[in-house]
Order: sequence, then C-alpha cells, then structure tokens
Amino acid sequence: RYSEQADTEHLSRWKKWRRTSSKSLKKALSEAKGVSSYLVLWRHDIHSIEGRKFGAGIQSYFSFLRFLVLLNFIMFILMFSFITLPIIISKYGVLNSTIAYISPKNTEDVCTVYEPSDNKGLVYFYTYLKDLLSGTGFLEVTSLFYGYYSIDTLWISITRYNLPLAYLLATFAYLALSFLWIIKRSVEGFTHNLVHDADPFQSYCNKVFAGWDFCITDPNAARLKHRSLQYELQTDLQEEKLKQKIAERTMGEKLRIYSLRIFINIIVIAILSGCFYSIYRVTVFSQETSNVSIRNDSRTDLVNLLVQYLPSIVITLANFIGPLIFSFLIRFEEYTPAFEIKLTLLRCVFVRLANIAVLLFSLWSQISGCASDKCKPCGYNYKLYPCWESDVGQEMYKLMIFDFIVILAVPLFVDFPRKLLVTHYSCKLVQWFGYKEFEISDNVLEIIYGQTICWIGTFFSPLLPAIATVKYFIIFYVKKIVLVHTRKPAARPIRASSSNFFFMVVLLIGLILAFIPLAVSIAHIPSSKACGPFRNFNTSWEVIPVTILQFPTVLQQIFFRMASEAFAVPFFVILCIIMFYVIALARAHKRVVEQLREQLV
Amino acid sequence: AYKRFSELLPKEERENACSARVPKSQILTLPELRANPFQHRICHVFSTSESGDDSMSFEDFLDMLSVFSDSATSDIKSHYAFRIFDFDEDGTLDRKDLEQLVNCLTGQGEESRLNSAEMEQLIQNILEESDIDKDGTINLSEFQHVVSRSPDFARWGGWGFIT
Repeated sequence: RYSEQADTEHLSRWKKWRRTSSKSLKKALSEAKGVSSYLVLWRHDIHSIEGRKFGAGIQSYFSFLRFLVLLNFIMFILMFSFITLPIIISKYGVLNSTIAYISPKNTEDVCTVYEPSDNKGLVYFYTYLKDLLSGTGFLEVTSLFYGYYSIDTLWISITRYNLPLAYLLATFAYLALSFLWIIKRSVEGFTHNLVHDADPFQSYCNKVFAGWDFCITDPNAARLKHRSLQYELQTDLQEEKLKQKIAERTMGEKLRIYSLRIFINIIVIAILSGCFYSIYRVTVFSQETSNVSIRNDSRTDLVNLLVQYLPSIVITLANFIGPLIFSFLIRFEEYTPAFEIKLTLLRCVFVRLANIAVLLFSLWSQISGCASDKCKPCGYNYKLYPCWESDVGQEMYKLMIFDFIVILAVPLFVDFPRKLLVTHYSCKLVQWFGYKEFEISDNVLEIIYGQTICWIGTFFSPLLPAIATVKYFIIFYVKKIVLVHTRKPAARPIRASSSNFFFMVVLLIGLILAFIPLAVSIAHIPSSKACGPFRNFNTSWEVIPVTILQFPTVLQQIFFRMASEAFAVPFFVILCIIMFYVIALARAHKRVVEQLREQLV
Repeated sequence: AYKRFSELLPKEERENACSARVPKSQILTLPELRANPFQHRICHVFSTSESGDDSMSFEDFLDMLSVFSDSATSDIKSHYAFRIFDFDEDGTLDRKDLEQLVNCLTGQGEESRLNSAEMEQLIQNILEESDIDKDGTINLSEFQHVVSRSPDFARWGGWGFIT
C-alpha cells in the first residue's frame, strides 16, 4: 500500500489532471446519452408494446416503422432544401435572386406545348376533392409535381445555382442515403443473427434444464416465456420428425414429391403472369380512357375517378389474393416448416414488387409507344403526355394515397366489427372465428410496398417523402390501436433478431427494384421538352456530361479517365480480388469456430 | 437481505426475525418467486423445517439467495438445480421427473402441454443426450456433465438483487 501511495505521489500533475478530466468526460458522456435517449421518437410506446403480451418480434415491426418515418423525413428535408427552397427564395426575390428561363434551342415547337388544366373561375367543391385524390387540376401545377420545376438556372445574389444538376444529384443523394442507412442497420442485425444461430448448442437438454429465465417477475412475461418455450420445443420436435421422414423417403415418393413441386411452381408462375397481364391491360385501359375523357368530358366525375384508380385497385387486390393462394399451395409441397415460411415470404415479396414493375413498364410502353410516327419530333408520345414525368408522378401519388386509404379502411371495416362480433355474440361459429393474430410479415410487406413507391415517385414528385412521413406517422398509431384492442398475442412467438435482418433485406430488395426504373427514366427515355428542369437536354442524365464539359480541362481529363476502360477494368479486377480475400477469410474463421466447438463438446 | 426477510414477517414478529420462521405462503409473495414455475420445489428444497410445512428461517432464506446469486459457482448451482428438478426426491431424474419438469416449463393449463407422443420423443432425446450409462435415469454426475456444456446454464438463477 505504501508503494502504491508513493507511486501516485510521483505521478506528475499532468497525468493526474488527465485522469480526472477523462473521468469527468466519461460521466458527462453517459449523462448526455441518458438525456438523448429521451428524445428518441416513440421510445415509450414501443417499450409498452414489448412489455405487454406481444413479444419482441412485433416490437421490431414498430421500430422498423419508426426507422421509415425518420428516413422519409430526412429525404424530404434533402429534396426540399436543395430543390424547392431555392425556387421559393427566387420567386419571392429574397436575397436579390432572379430566375433565368433559357428557351429550348433546337426542339420543335410542338413538343413544348403544355397546358395543365388549372382550375380557374367558378368550380364545384368536389372538383378540388377529385383533384386532391388524383393529382390533377390545381395539384398538378404546384411544387408537388415535376412540372413545376421548369426553371433552368437561379441567380442568388451573384452565385449561379444550377437547378437541373441539383435535381439529379439530390435524387442520387437520397438513393445513396437510403442504401447506406439500410446496409448499416442490416449489418447490425446480421452479426446478431450469426452469433445467435449456434445450432449444436440449442440441444434439448439446454432448452429444458436452462430454459427458464429466473429474472422474470411479471406474470404476463411469464406467460409469454411459457408459450415461447412450448413453441420452440414443439417446432424442434416437428423438424426432427420431418427430417426423419425425408430421410426415409423411397424413390417413388421422392419422384412424386418433386413432380408435385414442379407442378405447383408452374401454377404459381401462371398466377403471377395472370396478375401481371391484368395489371398491364388495366393500366393501358385507364390511361387511354382518362386521356380521352379529359378531352371530351363525357363521363361523370366519379366514374372518371374510379377509372383513374383502377390500376391501384387491381394491384391491391393482387397483393391480397396472391399471398392467400401461396400459403394454401405450399402445404402440398411438404417442405420443413422453416423453409415453408421463407418460401412463402419470398413469393409474396416477389408478387408485391413485381406488380409495381409491371405498372411502370406498362406506363412506359404508353409513353414511348408510338403507333404511327407520333413520336418522331420529340422522342415520346407528346400529344397524350406533354409532360410525362408529371403523369408518372401522379400515378405514384395515386398509388400512395390508395395504399393509405386501404390501410386505414381495413381496421375500420374489418377488424373492429370483428371484435364487436366476437365480444357480443357468444355463438360457437363466431367464437371459432375469433380474434386474429398480428401477422408481422403481411404488415411488413405492406409498408415496404409503400416505401418502394415513395422511392420511385420522389424523382417525379419531390415532395412525396413528406406525404410518406405523415402517412407512416399516422399508420404507427393506427396499427398500435389495432394491435392493442383487436389482436390476440401470437401463438408462435418470432425471434426479434432474425426479424430485423429479414425486414432490412426485403427493404433493400425494394430499393434496388426502385433504382432500376429510375435509371431507365433518367438515362434512356427522353425528358419532356415542355416542362421540368431537363427541357434543354435530350435525357435527364445529360446534365452531368454537360456540366463536366464546363469544368477546367484537368478535371475533365480525370473524369474521362475514370470512365474509360483503362481505369474501369483494373478497378473491377482489384474489387474481385478484395472480395475473394474476404470470402477466404470468412471461411477460415468458420473453420476455426468449428474446431473450437469440437473441443468444447 | 435481512430487511427483505423481515418484511415478509407480520409486524409483531419482526423484532426477533432471526429466529422466526416465515410460512410458505408469505415466501411465495416475493416478486422473484411469484412468476416462477418451480416456486414450490424451491421452497421445499431450501426449507429446513422438521414439520414439513416448507417454512423458511432466516438461514434458509440466506441459503436460497446465495445459491441464486450471480457469484455462486456452477457446481453449487447444478447441485441445487438437480435437487429442484428431482420432483419425487429419489436422487435421480427419471422419466416421471422429466415429464413434470417439461410440464412446468410449458405452463399451466391443458392447451399448453405437449401431447404424449411429443413428450415421449422429447424425453427420449434428453436421455440420449445426457444418460451416459444408459440406465434410463440421470444421476447427479451425468446432470452436472451435461449442464457444464450448456451455454445458457451459466446465467441460471441469476437474481442479482443481492450482491
């Protein structure tokens, strides 16, 4: 003890000061963390859901919703501050700013004719409602849609603000931001998944002798633990029995099962093609009739609205019926339960995302599909779609609004009456009907579908993320109320870590799917000459080469070198080498883990 | 710990809590035991009462807390776990003990029990994994062996509210 004291005396004053300051810094950091945890959105709500009898899987659904609200909010801030805000500043002449409209140089005059039917004069009130629901009329000329941004450069005091370039870069920025954020979150879930997936140690003895958590004090939590233990034991036993059965299959049985599986997959593909074809026909029909009626005004407005919403209705129906059929069919294929769940989910994901792709494809076939030289002057169907980006934006807007209406209507017209029936009529049939469980995968696919629409639509309608933020905000409270009042706790508790990773993977698939149509629109289809910031360019992508050509020669050289083969090929080769190295490292680690496991057991 | 114990006694007996015995019904009101499916076995194992009414004195209470604390060695934990799981107290875990154990884990009530075929399969699997001498029962050393390989058992019974 004396030597210790002597040591501390010998420590110079500098070291003492450093030690005390690092201690106080740590304390300050931990207090700041405590305070900032109060600022996390909905922290209390999500904890209360977990604390009740619903379990951690459902809680992960709600934190996924929270993540989407934040993501959409940041996207909205991004688009607003870089695109809409400069225009608002210049329109009101703040900071000595002016707008420059450069007239298009070498395009035909017929391409630049665009008269959005803004409501002037006396109109009925329901016209406003119709416009609100379908994005036409007065909504078409607001900053919600692409057509508003028909500005080429802004001069804010003396700096020149290149709006077309900003528009394109903001689009890439929000895609990259979403991509990076999702990857970051999925990596956390992935490592968690890997660590907890140690199969050999999940033996029966471990579950039975050490399964009960002695720290549980709440009877509700105890009930949940009982249920999850029961479910885990039952599924393990079932999987073991099934594996035995599979191993004992004779040749004849194997043949029968494989041919049955091929047959069912053919049925699935047939159903999918049926869905796609019907969506294509309905979209074409809706576009043609709505264009005709705008000119002739021959139908009543309600029918017109219905026709405009027809693609959304058909897509929602397909999204609803498809999963039902898939979960019915998969029973005949005799997979293990875990694989069954995964395959059904995969098919449902494919249905939902491919429906959007088919819708967009049919829209494009309309826009650039020219029967008799109609597209010659401008490259797209300028008669029907003078400002085709606004039209695509309107379709996305309608999809989003309809999705929102459906999510609000289903609890109102299905869940609450069901609850009233079950609580007030005690006849056997109604009781067998009973409360529904909260199906996590269905709900997650619903919101991922909405988010994919938002990603695609934001390029054509920059303020769409704001609508998405409000939509998910309201959906959180609606789902929470539905959960608490009309749902019974799941009989099969789901692990939270694997759910998180699964949500992120599907969201990533949605993002990649959203990127493809955007890439095609930006780079392949000629931008409309009558509206929008890309009037003076052939395609929207052309802004970037044009801007690069304005850089000093040195930078130009660098960019051209980067895009040439002499750079791209070695870059690709190095990337491959890095990837192989990482894979080899992972394999080596896996072997070490196996060896350690052998030693332990 | 003394404070927790004396809170369980009715007011009159609190002064000489050191020598008083708390009846079983009072012990079961402890929050840690309330939701525990093994509450009755725990009280029985730790109680040293001669009359068999499972009441616990202060020493018994301390014993229980020390076994269930974080600082107990896995030897002690596995020894007491074996005694708690041995429902018929014959010194080995046979099929009946295992069946009762699994029923405790899956909860009270008819629909939360495994059916007899599943129970049979589960007990078969457990015995395969842990019964070394193949006599159809698990004795203390077999139990301690299988539990030492189980990663979750290290955290078994960690109440941690008493240091």
